[in-house]
Amino acid sequence: MGEAIVVTSGKGGVGKTTTSANVGTVLALQGKKVCLVDTDIGLRNLDVVMGLENRIIYDLVDVAQGRCKLNQALVKDKRFECLSLLPAAQTTDKDSIQPDQMKKIIDTLKADFDYIIIDCPAGIERGFKNAVAGADHAIVVTTPEISSVRDADRIIGLLEQEKQVSPPRLIINRIRQHLLKSGEMLEIDEIMNILAIDLIGIVIDDDGVISSSNKGEPIALNPSSKAAMAYRNIGRRILGETVPLMDLDEKQGFFHRVKALLGMR
Amino acid sequence: MPATQSLVTIKGRKDGLVLVMNEACAYRDLLIELKEKLAASTNLDQNGPVISVKIEVGNRYISTDQRDQLKQIIHSYDHLKVEAIHSNVLTYAELDQIKEQEKIVTMVRIVRSGQVLSVQGNLLLIGDVNPGGVVSASGNIYVLGSLRGVASAGQGEDGNNAVIVASIMAPTQLKIGETISRNERNTAEVLTERHRFECAYLDDHIGKIVIDHIQATIKKGNLPFTFNKM
Repeated sequence: MGEAIVVTSGKGGVGKTTTSANVGTVLALQGKKVCLVDTDIGLRNLDVVMGLENRIIYDLVDVAQGRCKLNQALVKDKRFECLSLLPAAQTTDKDSIQPDQMKKIIDTLKADFDYIIIDCPAGIERGFKNAVAGADHAIVVTTPEISSVRDADRIIGLLEQEKQVSPPRLIINRIRQHLLKSGEMLEIDEIMNILAIDLIGIVIDDDGVISSSNKGEPIALNPSSKAAMAYRNIGRRILGETVPLMDLDEKQGFFHRVKALLGMR
Repeated sequence: MPATQSLVTIKGRKDGLVLVMNEACAYRDLLIELKEKLAASTNLDQNGPVISVKIEVGNRYISTDQRDQLKQIIHSYDHLKVEAIHSNVLTYAELDQIKEQEKIVTMVRIVRSGQVLSVQGNLLLIGDVNPGGVVSASGNIYVLGSLRGVASAGQGEDGNNAVIVASIMAPTQLKIGETISRNERNTAEVLTERHRFECAYLDDHIGKIVIDHIQATIKKGNLPFTFNKM
């Protein structure tokens, strides 16, 4: 029986889809059977980021409405045998599927896969409810911006009301080192202080993420990039390994130096 | 009705009049005598300053309607003003209401953005109120943690005396009674305020007293056993 993990954020554009694609990829790299599920019906992106757009025949809504079997809608990844994608429909909207239908599909997938990564749409409406319905665990993605942290806080509050979902864990995405250095970006400590949930990883903002998304190749496949290393660490933590927050430690050294300079703590 | 025994006694004091009312007679008789006494009082100077009146009804229960009736009679004299009607008797319903207002509701949680925590009585919150979160109480609000959202105290009657206490006071807005104040500080500046609250508890597994960060303690669920969790 596999585990279903929803990747959510509340706010749009913080990197849910990129995170879903890369976390799915790193788990597949570890030899796990992974299914990515795009629940952003009407605004599907995950297929594009994975470079699988041209292979889609059926989608999530077709499965929910009984137009095809679940297996027919699954798109096999071209790089990994063990990685599949259940794409969202592009021609309808979020109301064309109900949370209980979604839960049924996820439950069926759990029998065949080790990990089901559910890419949640932005917002807190039906799309969010659909995405969360079948999830066992949740990863909240935020960036070091006040607006994004505020929305993450809201989402954590909503996730805490979902009894079947374990306490959410946090990814801080798009950390820009030069802004941290100048003190113009929220520090990781500050974000953790507000959100008060477990941190599962931090990802440095990396230009390579954009170019690899455009190529349809998740950046996690390119081990030389810092972002890829971050995603690989996140993957290992999901698998239950204790991986030190390597990047964080590096920056903590830096934080301490700044604090020392400012005479804090 | 024996004419010798007075049912309503008017006493003059420095700060006004006190009407002491017999607690055993019929209420109807009381009203009749009150009207007579007031009408007969020639020393109530019609042009004088406003005199405050306190009514002592002793061990008699008087309803809200009856209170209004008494006030109406006295207020028919322009310069008389009823300040208080004091009775030694309360109904259970009134008592419950008073108890409700005076109780302290203890909550152990984080009030996150978009969440509203509203209580009757005083609120003792162990945990944070995050930006975008709202706490509200008919009485006082005490936050053992950082208050970064909106707090409204005194949302019942006589709310202006309510207070808001927080370990870290960095609210977006405060409201006491009907008065609102807002924080002019920059949001990012408020977020950078640091705190570390610690909670000591007895850890059953190791049989020792452990001191841990309060947020971690809340997460582990170690606090709620002594509090009424809602």
